[in-house]
Amino acid sequence: MSQQPAAEDARAVAERAARSSYGRLVAILAAGTRDIALAEDSLADAFERALRTWPETGVPASPEGWLLTVARNRQRDVLGSAARRLSDALPDDTGSGPATSPLDDVDPEAIPDKRLELLFACAHPAIDVAVRTPLMLQTVLGFEATQIAQAFAVPGPTMAQRLVRAKRRIRDAGIPFAVPDRSHLPSRLVPVLEAVYGCFAIDWRGTSAPTVRESMAGEAQYLAVTLAGLLVDEPEAWGLAALITLALARTGADDAFVPLDEQDAGRWDRAMLAEGDDHLRRAAAVRGERQVGRFELEAAIQSVHSARATTGSLDRAALRTLHAALVAVAPTLGARVALAAATAQVDGPVAGLAVLDAIDDPAVRRFQPAWATRAALTAEAGDVAAAVTAYDKAISLTTDGPTRRWLEGRRAVLDR
Amino acid sequence: MRYTLLLHYPEMSPEELGPEGLEAGQQSFRAYAAALHDAGVLIAGEVLQPSTATTTVTAASGQLTVQDGPFAATKEQLGGTFVIDVPDLDAALAWAEKAPSVQWGVVEVRPTATHVVDGQWVEG
Repeated sequence: MSQQPAAEDARAVAERAARSSYGRLVAILAAGTRDIALAEDSLADAFERALRTWPETGVPASPEGWLLTVARNRQRDVLGSAARRLSDALPDDTGSGPATSPLDDVDPEAIPDKRLELLFACAHPAIDVAVRTPLMLQTVLGFEATQIAQAFAVPGPTMAQRLVRAKRRIRDAGIPFAVPDRSHLPSRLVPVLEAVYGCFAIDWRGTSAPTVRESMAGEAQYLAVTLAGLLVDEPEAWGLAALITLALARTGADDAFVPLDEQDAGRWDRAMLAEGDDHLRRAAAVRGERQVGRFELEAAIQSVHSARATTGSLDRAALRTLHAALVAVAPTLGARVALAAATAQVDGPVAGLAVLDAIDDPAVRRFQPAWATRAALTAEAGDVAAAVTAYDKAISLTTDGPTRRWLEGRRAVLDR
Repeated sequence: MRYTLLLHYPEMSPEELGPEGLEAGQQSFRAYAAALHDAGVLIAGEVLQPSTATTTVTAASGQLTVQDGPFAATKEQLGGTFVIDVPDLDAALAWAEKAPSVQWGVVEVRPTATHVVDGQWVEG
């Protein structure tokens, strides 16, 4: 403890503890009671008390341990008085912790990490898909409802209400804070990965400010890497960490819309690309005999593109192979259109158009990337009339200004 | 083809929204209108006052009545309209999906049957 700790010091330590350990503390506090709202309130109370007392008593040796003990006592007080009021018994698991004094030194290494359990609770199948990502942002990273609302372009009160409802549901429906066993893990992991991916893939070009975009994409990366680290040997978790890291390495490089192939690779973040490739190697290493999954394949595609920053050339054959594998495991409209484009890069526009024509999903009719790809491929094949029609359709479906201007530029070249 | 996007959503007072929520909402509608204008598809856009400011007029029951309040007292109210001119329904849907209020309400996409130009009704 320092001799005369200034209020700013205590505040700085409390704020640092809040940022770095918020999710860890909420997860531990909520794991026993399944009451996330109570865990958050108790923790807020502990932070407030820290700001009040640390300037006088000094910062404890283990700020995290101090906060946890104070919050736990507060939680017990609330549960205890509620129990007395209802003359109802406390749940067994709330009484298991030792009744330690806040001033006891707690070894932070000994504090268990329950964030994985918390992530599985947030993305439980019984929780509405739309609220899973916001729930993770709030409980694991400590974002305010208003900040999350802004990122999702939803009014603050609406988002706050959704979050409150979801937390109540976790508590009342008895959604477990547990990591599913080996046999259930693969299926239960999918929604967790998708919710983390959702944090990255919010429709940024809609109406959100660019600053929100960058901060949330960074948080998505933090969540993905944390999740992969906690799970240790899940290839798809490392694949997702790699995918987000590699994609993040290229954001902010261009203001206007520039297709990936034409971007200036020299402006990409080399350190982040290397980190992304590390995660991807880790995915392959832990996968063993298991089938390669969607996120690992998407990350591998990103990695081939980003290799251009060091090799100067693009391995188009590898891209086609990866896109074909991706369609095999996750035949989404986007993946199928991307395979058509990748096929054209190797075997020419006619082969690409054949892949595009084979897509039987009726939704392809109003899928902007399908029309943009058709326009480029018919133009390359020399069918100007078909290209004009496809460009017009693609342009009419494009709500994003920079993308539309790029398409209009391509169409204008055809008219000459 | 002309389409009208009818934005229905639960009404929220400025107090319920708070200054930040209000500013965020206004900003997203500014960006949406600018995007429609930039694409050259916007004919008209209106955001309406809350339904508490509405007055209903009818003579359908034989007698002319003027009433305080909306036509239907439902949770969701008509909050605004955008008239757009786009090639087809696919394009109209692409814009409807981007309307800010699609996140907390319903956007109805209706093709125009006829509209007025210089005092005359014209097709489409």
